[in-house]
Amino acid sequence: MKRRAKTSSSIFIIISLLLVVASVLFVSHWQMFLKKGLDLEGGVYVLFEAKPVGDDDLDHDAIQRAMTIIRNRIDELGVVEPTIQPEGERRIRVELPGIEDQAQAMEVIGKTALLTFVGPEGDVLLTGKDLKTAHFMRGRRSEPLVSLEFNPEGKDKFAEATEKYLGKPIAILLDDEVISAPTVQNVITEGNAMITNIPSAEEASNLALLLRSGALPVELEELETRSVGPVLGENALKLSLTAGLIGLAVVAAFMLFYYKFAGLIADISLIVYLGLVFLILSALKATLTLPGIAGLILSIGMAVDANVLIFERIKEELDGGRTVFTAINTGFDRALRAIIDSNITTVIAALVLFIVTTGTVRGFAVVLLVGIFSSVLSAIYLTRYLLRLAARSQMIKSNAYLGARGATK
Amino acid sequence: MRKFNFRFVERSRFAFILSGLALLIGIISLFVNGLNLGIDFTGGTILHLRLAEEFRMEEVREVLTPFELQGVPLQRVGGSKGSEVIVKAPHLNELTRREIISAFREHWTEMTSEDVLQVDNVGAVVGKELTREVYLALLIAAIGMILYITLRFEFKFALSAIIALFHDVFIMLAIFSLFKIEINAPFIAAILTIVGYSINDTIVIFDRIRENLKYRRKRTVKEVVNDSINESLVRCINTSLTTLIVLISLFVAFNFFVGGMDLKVFALALLVGVMVGTYSSIFIASPLWHLWGAAGDAKQKVT
Repeated sequence: MKRRAKTSSSIFIIISLLLVVASVLFVSHWQMFLKKGLDLEGGVYVLFEAKPVGDDDLDHDAIQRAMTIIRNRIDELGVVEPTIQPEGERRIRVELPGIEDQAQAMEVIGKTALLTFVGPEGDVLLTGKDLKTAHFMRGRRSEPLVSLEFNPEGKDKFAEATEKYLGKPIAILLDDEVISAPTVQNVITEGNAMITNIPSAEEASNLALLLRSGALPVELEELETRSVGPVLGENALKLSLTAGLIGLAVVAAFMLFYYKFAGLIADISLIVYLGLVFLILSALKATLTLPGIAGLILSIGMAVDANVLIFERIKEELDGGRTVFTAINTGFDRALRAIIDSNITTVIAALVLFIVTTGTVRGFAVVLLVGIFSSVLSAIYLTRYLLRLAARSQMIKSNAYLGARGATK
Repeated sequence: MRKFNFRFVERSRFAFILSGLALLIGIISLFVNGLNLGIDFTGGTILHLRLAEEFRMEEVREVLTPFELQGVPLQRVGGSKGSEVIVKAPHLNELTRREIISAFREHWTEMTSEDVLQVDNVGAVVGKELTREVYLALLIAAIGMILYITLRFEFKFALSAIIALFHDVFIMLAIFSLFKIEINAPFIAAILTIVGYSINDTIVIFDRIRENLKYRRKRTVKEVVNDSINESLVRCINTSLTTLIVLISLFVAFNFFVGGMDLKVFALALLVGVMVGTYSSIFIASPLWHLWGAAGDAKQKVT
């Protein structure tokens, strides 16, 4: 009996240490596994709504191509890890972390200009959607040129346009600005054209770039823009982490003071709980935002709840005169139903929040859901396991070790 | 050996009167003050800039005059000598925003791009969507909870819990209306968290009632309710205590953080919500259930 007790206490110590150290290591290196949101890192966030150009339909393909173009433009800015994602059916979300010069970033994304080919009568002949690509080239006498390539639809439209306006100029507009106005010299039916008579190579290469990146198949309307300076973000991160640590320390001290040895087990569970939350969040490739951290810190307070429920039940059982081991088992079983029912109702609220909302609130819901799941898991499995181990090891020498009164029966 | 023996059901009249008064004040305040909705709801533009030590507000208005924004709300951040200003303007397009920032940088030449702390712009459409999302979320969550609680307990429990829940949400709204605190998207997250928190608390007590009804021997339903609340009291207090501890540290931290207005409000809303939620779980939800159950009390005794 004595030897078994000794083994149990060794297991208790080894498992606790192992889990706590692993969790602390993992949580303290969270920046390696989790992406920081814009509010923590600073950067620019823009939500666009795509609108069809002219009579064209707004299809999935158009959105995809618009996203590619935005990506190309952003790449020229040199942003590390930009996020460009569709949201719903006709929205595009752009996130540019770590951008220092916000005005510049806004300018580049803001320049989601619309490319149109306009005839002399002011009629729109083609749009950026019809243009496949444009390149800077040199002609036979090494004069600068821009070659245009149209897609099949554009090919027909361009043939029609060049036939109609042979010998007349066609203006190429980026938004309302004329970037080029070449005169049609031939009827072009193959879908390939050249813009000649460009004064310099630099101008030609610029024009090609504008044509390429300006070939947005849709019109983008800015719905929402947020930008946070890096200083503000860094500040927010530091403060909320400090708040979290202080909160954690005080809660841990409270549990230790109130529930004694059981409180120690709750504290171990709490640290492992945090490790579990970060593990799941990393697995989900979640981005940690400020409300997310706030949710996480809040969940520290709430995560203790399952433990409190269990300990209170165990205390009741002990007060009712049961032995430590029976009290742990019955108390646990009695608490379980309340834990499950109460947390499922909370999950309902968090799940609805997750499904219905978007943006910041949604990120918060993810953290909340992961938090509830992890806290129940750590309480049901780890707290119970450690309590039983402790009871078997005779580490719990009296009822007072569990925060109850009286001596051991 | 129970530690407490309060007669919650008998004293429930006081709680009902207290909550009734709070609700009345809330309704009046919501009519008179309304809610101070931020740009997340209304749409608009916010510029948070660091200008210079001891800048004058008149200077800011001067810079804003060419844009016909001299009348918009301005807020100095960091006390009377703070160097930062928050400009709250109606929705401005990208070009105008850039022009305004340039104008500021021309006036305060030592400003760098790092001094442009925050530029937020929310379209009116997005704001309307948020409002719609909130109502939808509350409605669906309420239906989901009613279904689950009815399934696991009974309909009267579900109804009492939901009423206590709306009581909490309403009081949170009332307090923020009364003090005219500006609310934004994080406030919504706070409300729904409290919905989750408060229902959690309520269910723990209901679980006790459910269990005690099974083994109630000669106790009346009223005694069962009282006993159940008393038995759950330590847990309710301890859990709200640990939650309040972290929330207070969060609130204090965000108070040191100049740009975190929305987060201060978020932490404050949670603080208020946890307290109200704990109160309603103890003093409102279960007595309410008893009130409805009282008619069926005789019947319940037979079974």
